[in-house]
Amino acid sequence: MGQIELKQVTKSFGNTQVIPPLDLTIHEGEFTVFVGPSGCGKSTLLRLIAGLEDISSGHIEIDGTDATSLVPAKRGLAMVFQSYALYPHMSVRKNIAFPLKMAKMDQAEIDKRVNAAAEVLNLKDYIDRRPGQLSGGQRQRVAIGRAIVREPSAFLFDEPLSNLDAALRVGMRLEISELHKRLKTTMVYVTHDQVEAMTMADKIVVLQAGVIEQIGSPLELYRTPRNVFVAGFIGSPKMNLITGEEAAKYDAHTIGVRPEHIDVVDGEGEWNGTVGVAEHLGSDTFFHIHNTGLGEMLTVRAIGDVSLKHGDKIGLNPRKNEMHRFDAAGLRIA
Amino acid sequence: MATKASRSAARIMMAPAVVLLLGWMLVPLILTLWFSFTKYLPMRGDSIERGLDWVGFDNYARFLSSSAFWPSVQTTLVMVGGVLIITLVFGILLAMLLDQPIWGQGIVRILVIAPFFVMPTVSALVWKNMMMDPVNGIFSHLWRFFGAEPIAWLQDASLTSIIMIASWQWLPFATLILLTAIQSLDSEQLEAAEIDGASPLSRFFYIVLPHLGRAITIVTLIQTIFLLSIFAEIFVTTGGAFGTRTLTFLIFQRVIDSQNIGLGSAGGVYAIILANIVAIFLMRIVGKNLD
Ligand SMILES: Nc1ncnc2c1ncn2[C@@H]1O[C@H](COP(=O)(O)OP(=O)(O)O)[C@@H](O)[C@H]1O
Ligand SMILES: [Mg+2]
Repeated sequence: MGQIELKQVTKSFGNTQVIPPLDLTIHEGEFTVFVGPSGCGKSTLLRLIAGLEDISSGHIEIDGTDATSLVPAKRGLAMVFQSYALYPHMSVRKNIAFPLKMAKMDQAEIDKRVNAAAEVLNLKDYIDRRPGQLSGGQRQRVAIGRAIVREPSAFLFDEPLSNLDAALRVGMRLEISELHKRLKTTMVYVTHDQVEAMTMADKIVVLQAGVIEQIGSPLELYRTPRNVFVAGFIGSPKMNLITGEEAAKYDAHTIGVRPEHIDVVDGEGEWNGTVGVAEHLGSDTFFHIHNTGLGEMLTVRAIGDVSLKHGDKIGLNPRKNEMHRFDAAGLRIA
Repeated sequence: MATKASRSAARIMMAPAVVLLLGWMLVPLILTLWFSFTKYLPMRGDSIERGLDWVGFDNYARFLSSSAFWPSVQTTLVMVGGVLIITLVFGILLAMLLDQPIWGQGIVRILVIAPFFVMPTVSALVWKNMMMDPVNGIFSHLWRFFGAEPIAWLQDASLTSIIMIASWQWLPFATLILLTAIQSLDSEQLEAAEIDGASPLSRFFYIVLPHLGRAITIVTLIQTIFLLSIFAEIFVTTGGAFGTRTLTFLIFQRVIDSQNIGLGSAGGVYAIILANIVAIFLMRIVGKNLD
């Protein structure tokens, strides 16, 4: 249970096509993350799967049966919204019980499932409060609780963590990952944050303007980005992308080297420049390097707390075997 | 306004307004109370300069024992209740309709609000002569078109007619308040409910209606205050005949027709008490929405 297939799915709002024909298979039990810049159509794609928007053409199959014209409730999917979308006038208990009540389940079974969900999500202490009396993280958990009691064949999350502060986000990220490990249910998760994508996903779908740029595991995307867009989008800090003469030396239109794949050397290196801003994180230090003659500013990672100051000269050696080469169309050269 | 100085400054500056408002309210109230305990028949030569005779609770007893009193209270409550139900039910339906993206939305909204700008006297006259006239009214034509006997609305269905007129006047107000409330409903809540398997009817009762609770409370309270004192609509149409004599109208008749100011004032005090009972009652039912 929980295989979702999109076949030549398109979506237009009026005359603007937001999703050009798109094929995608989400396998059973997989944690799939849609990632891409804001406005690229991630939410639209998720809402198409949920049935909240009608697709303009194509087919959606859930567990092998055509779900294209099924109403949302009949698709057996549960969704967690960015705004949580809790029912403000109902207690936490009633919120979580709502889908079961709508399914006309008997009260004993409802109570059993709600209590189990409250247990799992640590909601017991505020089960009789209203959403307005909860913190952001607690509301998020209620929203997840409302989704899991239905025992759906797949969960859909639309940027569920973007309203939380940084510390809470890391915690909730883990909780959702744990939940997936335990339930083993298909999850489709939308985010614009590539760190969330990298840390949580079994499979990442990188989107740009409604087009799938690449599908793969986090490490596949990291090691072999299919094109310049994916190369620049996945990884933090961003990959250094260099065009022009330097790239031509490697028979490429663009070359890419990640900050962690450039070594700082004593004296002259292959590339030389001056240190700009240094971001000290303790475990690593990221240097912005200017005046390298490569056109772009470079970002370089040094392990540990390296004491180079603003304006110092620095020599750099990129690791040739970790270098990515792209042609004029932006596609990877093997 | 957090500091002590700014708080006391605020108090001083507000004082004139508070005093004025209190005076505005208290003077008529005290005069009414005073008159209600006196014999005050201007046609028989009673006047304030010559001093009024104190009669104790005579006026109260007479007003209460009058055969017109309890029917007038009942009429008042039926009228207020009827208008409230009609304006709320149709107000919610209209508000949901107007919330949909429809062609010419702006114009439709202005049209819906228009009745509110018509003076009560005028709208009552229009209803009486254009709509409800048993010979030439639009309703009578409509009835005849379908082969039915036209109804003499203001005689045979007099209270219903008054309720219709008042509802027509107050529907825009209710619609407007409910529309703004509906527009503030987060659409993701409805979508979440849709995914949770709620039918359109369940979505209405579990999501939309509770969301409207506060607006419904406000509409109920404000309309009740104004509906309890409806006068022009009755005066112009039935003149209080055919079972349309509300408490307000009864007081008017006592003061003007019988020229008995003392008795009318006692009725006024009863009206205040009735209004308060209704208000407390309403606050109890709906007040929990106003926290
Ligand atoms: N209801 C709508 N009507 C018209 N355009 C829309 C609607 N919903 C989304 N869009 C457009 O579709 C594009 C993708 O939106 P969305 O899926 O919300 O992006 P994302 O979630 O990736 O930030 C945007 O350009 C947005 O303006
Ligand atoms: Mg979005």
